[in-house]
Amino acid sequence: MSAKPTAPSPRTARPRTAKSGSADNDRLVGFYRRMLLIRRFEERTARAYTQAHIGGYCHLNLGEEAAIVGLLSSLEPTDYLFTNYREHGYAIDRGIDPNRVMAELYGRSDGVSKGWGGSMHMFDTAHRLLGGYGIVGGQVPVATGAALAIEYRGGREIVMCTMGDGTTNIGAFHESLNLAALGHLPIVYVVINNRLGMGTTVEMSSAEPELFRRGSAYRMAAARVDGLDPEAVAAAAAIAAASARDGEPYLLEVVSERLRGHSVVDPAKYRSEAEVAELRAHDPVPALAERLMREGALTPEQLEQIDREVLAIVEEAAAFADASPSPDVATLFDYTYASPVANAEGRLPGDPLFPAAPRPEDGDR
Amino acid sequence: MAVMTYRQALHDTLRDEMLRDERVFLLGEEIGVFEGSYKITAGLLEQFGPRRVRDTPIAEEGFTGAAIGAAMLGLRPVVEIMTINFSLLALDQIVNHAAKIYGMFGGQVSVPLVIRTPGGGGQQLGATHSQNVELYYAFVPGLKVVAPSTPADARSLLQAAIRDDDPVLFLENLALYNTKGEVPDDLAPGEIGRARITRSGHDLTLIGYSRTAHVAAQVAEQLASSEGLNIEVVDLRSLRPLDRTTLIESVRRTHAAVVLEDDWLTYGIGAEVAATISDGAFDDLDAPVRRVAMAEVPLPYAKGLETAALPSVDDVITAVYQTLDAVGRRHLKVGHD
Repeated sequence: MSAKPTAPSPRTARPRTAKSGSADNDRLVGFYRRMLLIRRFEERTARAYTQAHIGGYCHLNLGEEAAIVGLLSSLEPTDYLFTNYREHGYAIDRGIDPNRVMAELYGRSDGVSKGWGGSMHMFDTAHRLLGGYGIVGGQVPVATGAALAIEYRGGREIVMCTMGDGTTNIGAFHESLNLAALGHLPIVYVVINNRLGMGTTVEMSSAEPELFRRGSAYRMAAARVDGLDPEAVAAAAAIAAASARDGEPYLLEVVSERLRGHSVVDPAKYRSEAEVAELRAHDPVPALAERLMREGALTPEQLEQIDREVLAIVEEAAAFADASPSPDVATLFDYTYASPVANAEGRLPGDPLFPAAPRPEDGDR
Repeated sequence: MAVMTYRQALHDTLRDEMLRDERVFLLGEEIGVFEGSYKITAGLLEQFGPRRVRDTPIAEEGFTGAAIGAAMLGLRPVVEIMTINFSLLALDQIVNHAAKIYGMFGGQVSVPLVIRTPGGGGQQLGATHSQNVELYYAFVPGLKVVAPSTPADARSLLQAAIRDDDPVLFLENLALYNTKGEVPDDLAPGEIGRARITRSGHDLTLIGYSRTAHVAAQVAEQLASSEGLNIEVVDLRSLRPLDRTTLIESVRRTHAAVVLEDDWLTYGIGAEVAATISDGAFDDLDAPVRRVAMAEVPLPYAKGLETAALPSVDDVITAVYQTLDAVGRRHLKVGHD
């Protein structure tokens, strides 16, 4: 693991919650089940990618599971979520049918975005996941505008906008935080700090590597939390969400892990064996399983039962995706414009702009 | 019917659309307290208040992106970008987000956004403040780009743009704000994607948009009186979609065409128009399609250099003469050597 001399270790800063009985245990078991679903879904996704069922870029949430379930626990169904391109886990944890998420990965018509988006562009209006954005930082101004619309209407909803650590160096991030603070917009900006933007460390890219401190430039409340502890993330996210709901935007840095490369095709050779071993040692999913057993919340048999149930969901998703039809080429021009417009272009690459002129009659030659 | 300036037509239309629809609001730099760099939004802050007329920081990417997000939730933001030069700071939001969100997410949410911005050169503003880069947006499926040349079209197309469910780049021009024209009181929203033949003729088709539509009309009038030529003028009005059919129908009547554009020639709007004519009216052409465009330099400050670089009426007349010479028609008409 890369040295982080200036940052307090989130490992040691991990707050311990009181063990006060079965309600807490139930919640923690719920977290575990959700985290394991993301884990198994992403493992299945990686397999489907190597089997060439999935094309394009494909970024996995492996290592981010605790952060996802903690964050989304703070949202109401009517709140809005904007994410980046590493978002499969957010989609399924938001409640979108894993079948439709996997179908999107397969580029099929039952996919959440009807096969138009792929891995990076999950979207579902019903669950108020408003993307899935492939351009680093692109979602940040857009999410800010969604918060502006809520404020404009006097609504009670909030927006959560997640991004990676590298995004905090993009101008759009700073423009957006400034706009949100000026306008008292109901938005939580979440930085998932997994310490690496592709292969570039936070220390290499960010002159202030304690990323939550960037909120101070906009007098925005901010905090950093251990992203391997779902309870800690949920508690921090609840504070952030309450602030946003009161009209004060919030910057939450979640220190997380990326267990594999930047995308499924990245072997991550820039990481040492020791670093990888430490990552594995801190893997939040088995850590939570061990804790649940240690505290008597789950027996090994119950853990296995959860795994079987989750695997069944994931296998069904893959089967559903495989059976879903590819989008009909006849629909190629259906989504260029929402309002019909005169003279819209609707021709395939080999089509002429205009019908060919009539051939001269033989007799004319 | 009222005679008003292009500026007044824009102002009144913004006001009327805001009165008509609570979802319509304005945002941009200096549009409220300062009343707009070109005073299009004068008085609107006072009338509608800061909720609906929002002054923004100098952050084109941020506030254009925010308008996209607000549009996704069903509002109808009208963004003013002070000049089209500054829209480049928002290029990612316009091209990668506004234009993509409807299609990329399978048609689940539309982006009913208007970006108003003026192009223009010839005001000694130097290289970075004198560009006409509407081509960058006209290139992109998912965007609609309109470029009205008259106060009436400014009103009808702004109405259409605000009521449209897609992102529309609404191109204005610094040189047009003070021009006057008749605007019918009961003007209906215009139709995006339609060119208009603003002058009928049979000797040659002269094609322009925004400011160059005026230049085309002026040249046609001048050559009608001086040479007895009967030139047809097409005002494109919409750059995406491009009304190729109207172009072809005109050239099939006139058999020759000259395209005017305030952008650079290479890869410009005129190139697309010329290619369209080549595809659709090849057998009807009696001469190659000519383009009259800016000299391909960063526009200089010094007045003499700037004037030389910008297309003038005389430049257009020369191109018309040369085209008619190539056709052989000018010889017949006026006995030109």
